[in-house]
Amino acid sequence: MRTVRAVAWKEIQIFFLSPTAYIVGMIFLALTGFFFSRDLGDPFPEATLSPFFQGAVIIFILLAPALTMRLIAEESKLGTIELLLTSPVRDWEVIIGKYLASLIFFLALVAMSGFYVILLFVYASPDPGPIYAGYLGLTLYGAAALSVGMLTSTLTSNQIVAAVVAMGILLALFFADLAFGAVGGLPGEIIGELGMKTHFDDFDRGVIDTRHIVYYLSVIAFFLFLSVRALESRRWR
Amino acid sequence: MQAPVPAPMIQASDVTHYYGPYPAIQEVNFSVRKGEVLGFLGPNGAGKTTTMRILTGFLPPSRGSVSLDGFDVVEKSLEVRRRVGYLPETVPLYTDMTVTNYLKYMGTLRGMPAARIRARLGEVIDVCRLGDYRKTQIGKLSKGFRQRVGIAQAIIHEPEVLVLDEPTIGIDPIQVVETRSLIQELGREQTVVLSSHILPEVSMICERVLIIHEGRIVAEDTPQNLAEGLQGLERLEVEVGGPSAQVLPALQQINGVISVTHRNNQGRHTYTIQAQPGRDLRDDISRAVIGNGWSLRGMQLMGMSLEEIFLRLTTQEDL
Ligand SMILES: Nc1ncnc2c1ncn2[C@@H]1O[C@H](COP(=O)(O)OP(=O)(O)OP(=O)(O)O)[C@@H](O)[C@H]1O
Ligand SMILES: [Mg+2]
Repeated sequence: MRTVRAVAWKEIQIFFLSPTAYIVGMIFLALTGFFFSRDLGDPFPEATLSPFFQGAVIIFILLAPALTMRLIAEESKLGTIELLLTSPVRDWEVIIGKYLASLIFFLALVAMSGFYVILLFVYASPDPGPIYAGYLGLTLYGAAALSVGMLTSTLTSNQIVAAVVAMGILLALFFADLAFGAVGGLPGEIIGELGMKTHFDDFDRGVIDTRHIVYYLSVIAFFLFLSVRALESRRWR
Repeated sequence: MQAPVPAPMIQASDVTHYYGPYPAIQEVNFSVRKGEVLGFLGPNGAGKTTTMRILTGFLPPSRGSVSLDGFDVVEKSLEVRRRVGYLPETVPLYTDMTVTNYLKYMGTLRGMPAARIRARLGEVIDVCRLGDYRKTQIGKLSKGFRQRVGIAQAIIHEPEVLVLDEPTIGIDPIQVVETRSLIQELGREQTVVLSSHILPEVSMICERVLIIHEGRIVAEDTPQNLAEGLQGLERLEVEVGGPSAQVLPALQQINGVISVTHRNNQGRHTYTIQAQPGRDLRDDISRAVIGNGWSLRGMQLMGMSLEEIFLRLTTQEDL
């Protein structure tokens, strides 16, 4: 556990000190701010965070890989992985430590969007239910997206490749429910069930369904498991 | 009563490693005693780094096995990694960390309790003479000082085995001398395996040297004997059945012989003959032995084929 904490702490410091992370964060806030305020021009704007949530899940497709691409790929490139993997550290400790660091930075970004919530409560009286549910969904969605990025960063020493492949996977998962219409039948339904967006929409409506929670946790577990295996397999190359 | 033979600290048996179809090392066998300082000497591409990576558990061997302190490097990798301090050839460090933070981090990864890290930090910073650079970012250090940080992280947890891959490459002559004496100091208490392509360096630091060439161990000796080989002296060993008091002078009289040493190994008399450079005395020796009515039980060339390898090695000496 001390090792996980040490790995996570080192990465968190890099996140909070590196300009890249701040640029990514600013882009996130600027774009979500745009989504949030888009409908405010209406004569009767709805007191809801839904536009923000809907915008944020799209932005995460780009943002999560940008946060995670560095985590292992950079160590492979610089060779520091040689000292990391020859230290008495278990592979899962490395993966979990690095993943937690990205998750914490991500949560800090999401917390900054609390500004919108405050605005909403000051100027209107929104229904708090969908806001709680939406944030829970957003956190789960983001955590799942980060786990995808974690895997691709483990597979290559090229950060750009890691980011692009993760974006591809996230796009495919995002639009998986479209395959539901295109394929049809049972296969289509199964593919549709894998869609990361499908499982988000209930949260946005204010519904907390354990099925969706289980879905996101499974995605996270699956990709982190593959990351650990991928790191292990580096020893066999 | 027989003294128990201590188990070797490192035992490598028939280790082969392939990168794709290409064998980087083949059927490498060696063992290292506890407390010994062993050097791997070989030209570029000989397979030194590959061997070091296998010892430290970074690469698993394609065939064969290596154990360290009785633990298999593949099966019991974690136990092995607990006992090893490693300085990779490229000295990969986190350039955005300060020296102190980096050493603390590496100490934690090695499972050291915080109090012990604090205690050791001052020691390794002293030993590696990094005192003025505690708070310096590693990326701003010169190559020689990075090398010291690399050594500091390798010894902070007081590992039983220290693996150093070309520890003096790319640093200036003064720092080379300092680094060598530092390794000698460490070698008094720890088992050290280091690699180098500089013969004088290994002869200075190591008790025993393995010469690795094109992925195979081609010789193994003490630095003294290697140095003799370098001078071009031909050495050969013969076993003769006959009274040593007469055999010895007979061998010494052969034209071209410089010196003969006699060894009596439980009734087996072996003679190590030093011949003039470039002379092949095998026929003269066997004629002398048989002509005197003694029996020639064995004859072995020692280190003649090494000359060429040494030449290649020494032409790379750039100091
Ligand atoms: N990752 C790799 N993939 C493919 N081939 C490799 C790899 N690493 C090393 N080799 C090859 O294996 C052989 C042995 O390499 P190794 O790095 O062990 O040699 P070395 O003795 O350390 O050489 P040097 O003195 O240059 O450091 C070389 O021919 C090298 O080209
Ligand atoms: Mg090498």
